[in-house]
Amino acid sequence: MTSAAGLALSSSGLTKRYRGGQLAVDGIDLAVPAGSVYGFLGPNGSGKTTTIRMLLGLMQPTAGSHDVLGLPMPAGQARALPLVGSLVEGPAFYPHLSGRANLARLDAADRTANPSTLQDRIDRALDRVGLLAAADKRYRAYSLGMKQRLGIATSLLRQRALVVLDEPTNGLDPQGTREVRALIREIAADGTTVFVSSHLLAEVEQTCTHVGVMRTGKLVYQGSLAELRGQARLLVKTPKPDQAATVLRDLGLTGVTQDSQEVRADLGTMLPEVICERLVLAGVPVAGLETPRRSLEDEFVELTGEGFDVD
Amino acid sequence: MSTDARRLADPVLASTEVAIDRPRQHRPDADTAGASGPVPAWFRFFSSELRLVFGRPRNLALLGVLALVPIFFGIVFRLTLSAPTGPGNGPAFLNQLAGNGVFLALVVLSLTLLLLLPLAIAVIAGDSVAGEAGLGTLRGLLTVPAGRSRLLAVKYAVIGVFSLAACLEISALSLIMGLVLFHTGPVTLLSGTTISLGAGVVRILLVTVYVALGLTSLGAIGLAASTLTQHPVGAIAGLLVIAIASEICDQVPQLSSIHSFLPTHYWLSWDGLFRAPIDWSGMTHGLVSFAVYAVVFGSVAWAKFTSADVTS
Repeated sequence: MTSAAGLALSSSGLTKRYRGGQLAVDGIDLAVPAGSVYGFLGPNGSGKTTTIRMLLGLMQPTAGSHDVLGLPMPAGQARALPLVGSLVEGPAFYPHLSGRANLARLDAADRTANPSTLQDRIDRALDRVGLLAAADKRYRAYSLGMKQRLGIATSLLRQRALVVLDEPTNGLDPQGTREVRALIREIAADGTTVFVSSHLLAEVEQTCTHVGVMRTGKLVYQGSLAELRGQARLLVKTPKPDQAATVLRDLGLTGVTQDSQEVRADLGTMLPEVICERLVLAGVPVAGLETPRRSLEDEFVELTGEGFDVD
Repeated sequence: MSTDARRLADPVLASTEVAIDRPRQHRPDADTAGASGPVPAWFRFFSSELRLVFGRPRNLALLGVLALVPIFFGIVFRLTLSAPTGPGNGPAFLNQLAGNGVFLALVVLSLTLLLLLPLAIAVIAGDSVAGEAGLGTLRGLLTVPAGRSRLLAVKYAVIGVFSLAACLEISALSLIMGLVLFHTGPVTLLSGTTISLGAGVVRILLVTVYVALGLTSLGAIGLAASTLTQHPVGAIAGLLVIAIASEICDQVPQLSSIHSFLPTHYWLSWDGLFRAPIDWSGMTHGLVSFAVYAVVFGSVAWAKFTSADVTS
């Protein structure tokens, strides 16, 4: 077991079963390394938001335990959560108040925040998300993108050790999405751990160092992005796929699949030229042999059995 | 103990060490309030809640409507002063009004307690938690973290302040209208004794505070209802139905065995203040009833809210 000090978020067997009996989150063991940008991936409805709600104390887990910043929850909430900035399931603010007044309201609820630096901190947070010019406009009059950015600004109101962003680019145009990505990099560059959930591939592929992939309530993959993408595959084009598949299995390769024209397998540590030689020696006609580098999307589809909503 | 050892011993420090090691942005003293800040943290949250409730256009409109009631009835009673109402007809103290304008405050308080004051409290109390849930702002407050018990305590305190403000507004405007439109002078009590105008105004203030406490105990039912739903309208309507049903049941003699358990039963039990010597028995029963309602439904709200999953 990893020591708690190295993990910004960790959970063990975290489970949520709704009253109706539906299992929304099924015993997941999260390990979010401190200082990482962790992409929490999964199709809509796979349990991402429910997990985040449990991590932040909005929901009680049915089973399992979790730590935030090394403190066991829910006992450590009052100490840990002021160091956690979060945007859960879209921005929500008082429509009749300005952006500035909305941030001040949240800060007033924080018993550990310093009121004498409030205006300074609000200006800084709004400036970082590009909302300073609209600071005194009513929230009601904000565009969808501005609302989303105000949501992110709340997580920047104080220096945080961890920022949790649930679908931060929902409703943003491509320009806004780019800005959020840049902001995530900037937050991470300060040493803050960023936990960002998304069903959008590009968002994660370009900014994250680690990923966790959810499928129907289960965490089906967790690791660094480099590991996930580094699993090289082998593709053999041949008119005799049955024969080729047998050879590959005899060589100890895993994940062998075949159709009428080609055979695929996990390359593992084996060299492609060795495999080619064995195939030829076994009398398999090799029409082509490739080691395609798989895209994250391929990995994702394989892990979840579903496609992304690629914008 | 070395710095690193201390960090390992303290999980929060350990996990924030990257941030702490980067002095560029991190200014711990700028973000974090000292132990002895100039404003206590609870007061900051409480005044933010006050500004939210009293700054909301809908609530201001509600207070505006309440302000019209003393003006309206002041004028109506002044114009109909010559038409006598028999004893037992019309609200309490209406017959004293011709003799002394200060009684307008008691008449208007009695009339607004029938519908408008319970409605105002239902709006504030029903909206308190359900409104935040409906807007989605509840999850923001809870992840701050505001603390669930603390949030509930602040919400209830502001319901109490709003009750008092609404009652004071009605009493103050009624006194002004009474002074302008009617004779005023030393106040003749129900028992025939006369006290000075100033002493009469003090007793009206006591009535106002007593009525506000009654409304605040109703507010505890509203707070509990508000933790059960994400739809403020449901909680508001529910509380209003409870208040009106209680007032109606209180009028049905066949239900006399349950009258003293109704939440609104003691709302008008302040007439002992206008006897000499003051008869405290009705108000004492009332205060006990208010306290029981506040404690029971405050506990219901707390039990529900501190264990609920926030899904809004």
